[in-house]
Amino acid sequence: MSKGNQHAGWDLVIKGHTSLFDLKFKDLWHYRDLLFLFVKRDFVSFYKQTILGPLWFFIQPIFTTIVFTFVFGNLAGISTDGLPQYLFYLSGITAWNYFSDCLNKTSTVFRDNANIFGKVYFPRLIMPLSIIVSNLIRFGVQLLLLLCMMAYFGIKGANFEVTSAIFLFPVLVVMMALLGLGAGLIITAMTTKYRDLTFLVTFGVQLLMYGTTVIYPLSAAPEEYKRIIELNPMTGIIEAFRYAFLGKGEFTLWSVGYSMIFTIVILFLGIVIFNKTEKNFVDTI
Amino acid sequence: MSETAIKVEDLSKAYQIGQIGTGTVSRDIERFWTTKILKKEDPFLKIGETNDRTIKGGSDIVWSLKDINFEINQGDAVGIIGKNGAGKSTLLKLLSRVTSPTTGEIKVKGRIASLLEVGTGFHPELSGRENIYLNGAILGMRKKEITRKLDEIIDFSGVERYIDTPVKRYSSGMYVRLAFAVAAHLESEILIVDEVLAVGDAEFQKKCLGKMGDISKGEGRTVLFVSHNMAAVQNLCNRGIVMKNGSISYQGDVDKSIKEYLTESSSACSIIDIKDRKGNGKVILAEARAYSRTPNVQPQTGQPFTLEFLLQNPQNISFADLQFDLRIDDHMGQRIAWMSNSVLNTNTDKTGSLIRFNIEKLNLNEGLYYVTTQILAHNALTDWVQNAFSFEVVKGDFYNSGKTVPPMQSRIIIEFNVGYD
Repeated sequence: MSKGNQHAGWDLVIKGHTSLFDLKFKDLWHYRDLLFLFVKRDFVSFYKQTILGPLWFFIQPIFTTIVFTFVFGNLAGISTDGLPQYLFYLSGITAWNYFSDCLNKTSTVFRDNANIFGKVYFPRLIMPLSIIVSNLIRFGVQLLLLLCMMAYFGIKGANFEVTSAIFLFPVLVVMMALLGLGAGLIITAMTTKYRDLTFLVTFGVQLLMYGTTVIYPLSAAPEEYKRIIELNPMTGIIEAFRYAFLGKGEFTLWSVGYSMIFTIVILFLGIVIFNKTEKNFVDTI
Repeated sequence: MSETAIKVEDLSKAYQIGQIGTGTVSRDIERFWTTKILKKEDPFLKIGETNDRTIKGGSDIVWSLKDINFEINQGDAVGIIGKNGAGKSTLLKLLSRVTSPTTGEIKVKGRIASLLEVGTGFHPELSGRENIYLNGAILGMRKKEITRKLDEIIDFSGVERYIDTPVKRYSSGMYVRLAFAVAAHLESEILIVDEVLAVGDAEFQKKCLGKMGDISKGEGRTVLFVSHNMAAVQNLCNRGIVMKNGSISYQGDVDKSIKEYLTESSSACSIIDIKDRKGNGKVILAEARAYSRTPNVQPQTGQPFTLEFLLQNPQNISFADLQFDLRIDDHMGQRIAWMSNSVLNTNTDKTGSLIRFNIEKLNLNEGLYYVTTQILAHNALTDWVQNAFSFEVVKGDFYNSGKTVPPMQSRIIIEFNVGYD
């Protein structure tokens, strides 16, 4: 009934072309229960019929940290800004994993759910949003691991400190989630027609990690590349994240602000493109 | 006059057939250029071609629906019938917002719940109870709504004992029961149901139809029902829409609609236009029809039945030198019968073009049947047409007892008697 006088009296008008900015948030709100049921489904189905169950949430970051410590810390001897190597890598991996999981999973959302989407209508955006929230749980669990490690190294008297930037932490998490979501939405919308992008994403995200300050601190980056690395919106977020928890990193409001603007633009673009695609993608996928 | 629930105006839907993928980038750019920059019509949409899958079209774009107009009143139960590919499913997809129309619009009053498939989104690892919540939410229910109806849903499904077992351990019948139970308890004003009742056992099918009857007649909600099961449509609906090649060929009272559809599918269809055939072409099948006593009566179980074939026989080959075979398959593609003039002792020197197969008392159960024909002249194949045409047999009283054989049980009906001692 909110569609103007022309459609007075009708609850719903289905037509081929709708406004680009009709984002259907009201619809989305109605289906909020579905979002949480999807999250629950993801969580339960993740560890059903596994022996270690939710422990798998820990195993991946632990092993990655050990391998990174060995390869980049010990063999290559890359600086960790004076931080204990385990803490340095684990903090980077935890944050990066959240972003990359969000991006990877949302970038295949149309393809993975073509079956459901082809049979029933619900606001399609529910699906990627549920992925973001599912991954948030996983991120929370991994963060716990980081806190345990911090406690352990703290008792051992290692040189790090939690700074007041920790209050920015929720903002940083939201930024990582929305940046991953926005980029993922753009990619999934494009992959309904051009499958090539799928391949690009799988290794592109992996390579992008090396363009972000996960395995090296920004301060150790050569001056001529620093500018390029700073252009990556994730750099600002990870540096801020590390500064908040460990007290080292090039944290400036400018870099966080840049990442924030970047995130908002990408997210907005993502939602608009996604909404444009969702109406007809069933015909092309 | 009751209020309109659904109003469809000039609805069309175009599909691109054939390959989608390679070369689409350049195409997309061209399309973008002409439609968005030059504001012209889409160069890849050719207007005016109808959707007939037996005829090869000139362009890659096919109109699955073309200029559909209809109105449905609140509380109506409407059966949408038509042959495969007539556009029924596309129409349902548009109504349930799975995909959007190319042109035109649909106006709806009230909430729509659509059941294009039972059990959409069921997750095998989750228990029956968890899946009720998940599936219910996918279909648009709020969590508290489901909680309120949970007992009723479990009761209706009849799988109470296994409700906390993962559904991957369910039999397919239990799975469907649970899924339909969720859908049946949706609280929407409009319910759209595709042919989902073809699964499950007879008892459950009856229960589903009963429930749908309650929904439309008892609760005054609007139901749209697509099915090939004419008995179910007749039973459930009060109005009908007959679709043919992407447009509506008839709409109105349900009995008239069914009759319209049946005569349409039984009346002579031009088999001559079918391109997919084998043989040397010396004698070919031109037309075929199936009827009961007279050519305008629909075939019925227990009644006289005739399959009539018109041949094109330019060389005037005598029927004595022709072998005409035909095969009848049911709607599932299962072979039911095979007939041939070669297995009978017939002495004829006729060279005409009409051949009839007569059955005195039709022993095919109600349902849709497909006929595949093969013609040999002097033992060489001249024409072979797979599924040349189809005919529908309506329910009839074969045993003169007023009782019928359930179509689920058998397609063939046998003459028999029962002795008692």
